[in-house]
Amino acid sequence: MTTLEHTVKSYDEELKKLQQDIASMGSLAESELQNAMQALIRRNADLGSQVVLDDARVDELEQLAGAQVVRLLALRQPMASDLREIVAALKISSDLERIGDYAANIGKRVVALSQVPPFRLPSTLPRMGWLAQQNIRSVLAAYAMRDADKAVTAWQADEELDETYSSLFRELLTHMMEDPRNIGPCTHLLFIAKNIERIGDHATNIAETVYFMVIGEPLRSARPKGDSTSYMTVPPQ
Amino acid sequence: MLYARRRLVNSIALTVATAAAAFGLVWLIWILGTLFYNGITAINLSIFTEMTPPPGDKGGLLNAIFGSIILTIGATLLSTPIGMLAGTYLAEYGKKGVLAETVRFINDILLSAPSIVVGLFIYEVLVVPMGHFSAWAGIVVLAVIAIPVIVRTTEDMLNLVPNGLREAAAALGTPMWKVIVTIAYRAARNGIITGILLAIARVSGETAPLLFTSLNNQFWSTDFNAPMASLPVTIFQFALSPYDDWQSLAWGGALIITITILILNIVARALATLGSSKG
Amino acid sequence: MSTAMPESAPTVTITTPGARKPVPGHQEAMAEKVSIRNLNFFYDTHKALKDINLPLYDKKVTAFIGPSGCGKSTLLRVLNRIYDLYPKQRATGEVLLDGQNILSPKQDLNLLRARIGMVFQKPTPFPMSIYDNIAFGIRLYEKLGNAEMDARVEAALRRAALWTEVKDKLKQSGLSLSGGQQQRLCIARGVAVKPSVLLLDEPCSALDPISTSKVEELIDELKTDYCIVIVTHNMQQAARTADFTAFMYLGELVEYGETEQIFTKPAQEQTQQYITGRFG
Repeated sequence: MTTLEHTVKSYDEELKKLQQDIASMGSLAESELQNAMQALIRRNADLGSQVVLDDARVDELEQLAGAQVVRLLALRQPMASDLREIVAALKISSDLERIGDYAANIGKRVVALSQVPPFRLPSTLPRMGWLAQQNIRSVLAAYAMRDADKAVTAWQADEELDETYSSLFRELLTHMMEDPRNIGPCTHLLFIAKNIERIGDHATNIAETVYFMVIGEPLRSARPKGDSTSYMTVPPQ
Repeated sequence: MLYARRRLVNSIALTVATAAAAFGLVWLIWILGTLFYNGITAINLSIFTEMTPPPGDKGGLLNAIFGSIILTIGATLLSTPIGMLAGTYLAEYGKKGVLAETVRFINDILLSAPSIVVGLFIYEVLVVPMGHFSAWAGIVVLAVIAIPVIVRTTEDMLNLVPNGLREAAAALGTPMWKVIVTIAYRAARNGIITGILLAIARVSGETAPLLFTSLNNQFWSTDFNAPMASLPVTIFQFALSPYDDWQSLAWGGALIITITILILNIVARALATLGSSKG
Repeated sequence: MSTAMPESAPTVTITTPGARKPVPGHQEAMAEKVSIRNLNFFYDTHKALKDINLPLYDKKVTAFIGPSGCGKSTLLRVLNRIYDLYPKQRATGEVLLDGQNILSPKQDLNLLRARIGMVFQKPTPFPMSIYDNIAFGIRLYEKLGNAEMDARVEAALRRAALWTEVKDKLKQSGLSLSGGQQQRLCIARGVAVKPSVLLLDEPCSALDPISTSKVEELIDELKTDYCIVIVTHNMQQAARTADFTAFMYLGELVEYGETEQIFTKPAQEQTQQYITGRFG
């Protein structure tokens, strides 16, 4: 990666601003997820609605980043590493915005769940949330440090998240079949789990984008997909 | 404060420069005025139709005018090819080489050599072996004076042609001689012609060298082996004489020479600007 | 991630002349029109080009880019041996045009230059009419009748997208045209003699953007018939017009490859720095 600065300093400043905006988006999205999981575990409806409100800021930053990218493309005619970096910023901001949206969705479902009688949360769910958070943190670090290896590691870590999701899926299906009164809350939990799994996928997208930004070639080999829920059925006893 | 001082210095310098120009102009106008005043009375048809007369008789300057024309044309025909080719060599082939530098050096010396020295040289080399004065010797001496001028101007004008033009022609596969003839000459054409005209203007007024070579001839002569009359020498002879007729003819001749040189200069300048306005 | 400047080494090895070099992504194989091998160039004792090895493919545009003084114009001028006009400039090594070494002393320079055309940075119309400008080169090596010559001149001017603008004033001096038109006239003059290779030395640097676009469009059309080499200061122009790009620095070939690869993912750090504006 280039270590020298651009001869035209304002170019460097604009790129730095773009990076900072992405970094802000990233930390906001991460804390959204964290708060949403906390709200879920503690049955805190207020925290849940707070997450929904916080998401507006992430959306705003995405618009800003998009506008900055267009401006840079038009005015600077970026080449090579600069071009990859700017295009990467565009893609990453889009993924982060979706992560924020999913986290907000979890927040909404927490509000809904708080209106039903309390129940025991499957232990795998907080674990999923924690894994997703870890993944987001590591891809953001990979982006900040322009580290392709870190990106690949994060990319591979999604496999565990997918497997956890598959087992949770099975567990919830079983739970619902045991007692019809569980169906309501379990459905919300299913969606929450799905959201977390999608957050994980977007994190891997970011990892792939970071890899391309640094190396210049796409991360080619197919990621092992641990998510087999699309084919899953649980036969009734 | 600073500004006022600058304006003062500016005014002083401007005044001095204008005064110097005026000073130069005054003399020029005086010379031309005197020439016109004294010479115009002698200009009539007979000056162009009758021969130089013996003292006391009326006559003209026909043989002198004819002689000057012959000598000038002859010198031009002799000096132009030699001068142009030498100039071409210096600009296109020799450039910075040893031979070229030597030639340039010698050329510059000859350019300002006293014309009487050249006349004396040709006297020794041509007139003495031939045993008599002749128009040939006159032509040669004028050519020797004209060649350095033509060499210089040809070389300078060719050097002004941008190298890009030559490269463009060479890049098409043009042989070098053709690049020079069709491109360089054509681009420098006006400048070279101007140079030739200026050389002609210079030699047409030379007197001293002709005294040693073509001398003068009272009568009409078309024999190149014999002395030939020329305007400058005739003027020299007539002006110093005590006869009024002769003196009047001398003024007339001086006026003719002056007007001729004036016309040549105007034509040269017109050609120069014609070239630059098109390009 | 290296912290020191890498040793500049060419990234492409040379194939034998006429050999097919399949390039990833290209369906058809390409013919190597010119092969430059171990080329060194000297201005007196100063070595301006150091061991250059480079292919130039037929019917493709190759661009030479690099900072001032890197030797790209020098390299271009070796290809038609125009440096021979000046003493104290010499080249060693081989430059093979269709297999024949043009640097050999036995090479007829005028014939060579009739096969390799050149357009210079500053438009240089000859001091003659537009018609004669074009006919000049043709008349050097071909004897054509009037009608044939007229046709050739018209074809050349059409090729240069100049015909409609000058067809009514062919007898006017070439110097009466605008800058952009003069440059297109020089290009027409170059293609009129039907060379196999066309060398363009910063052809648009003296032109306004509209004329530049016209010349670039022209290059796009011409490349279907010629091997074109263009030296340019303007990287965006190289990116727009060239199929292959060579980056040079201080007389050495730092990197050579497909333009797309050079401008999205250059292999050498120096190349990256130059094209992203981090040089100096």
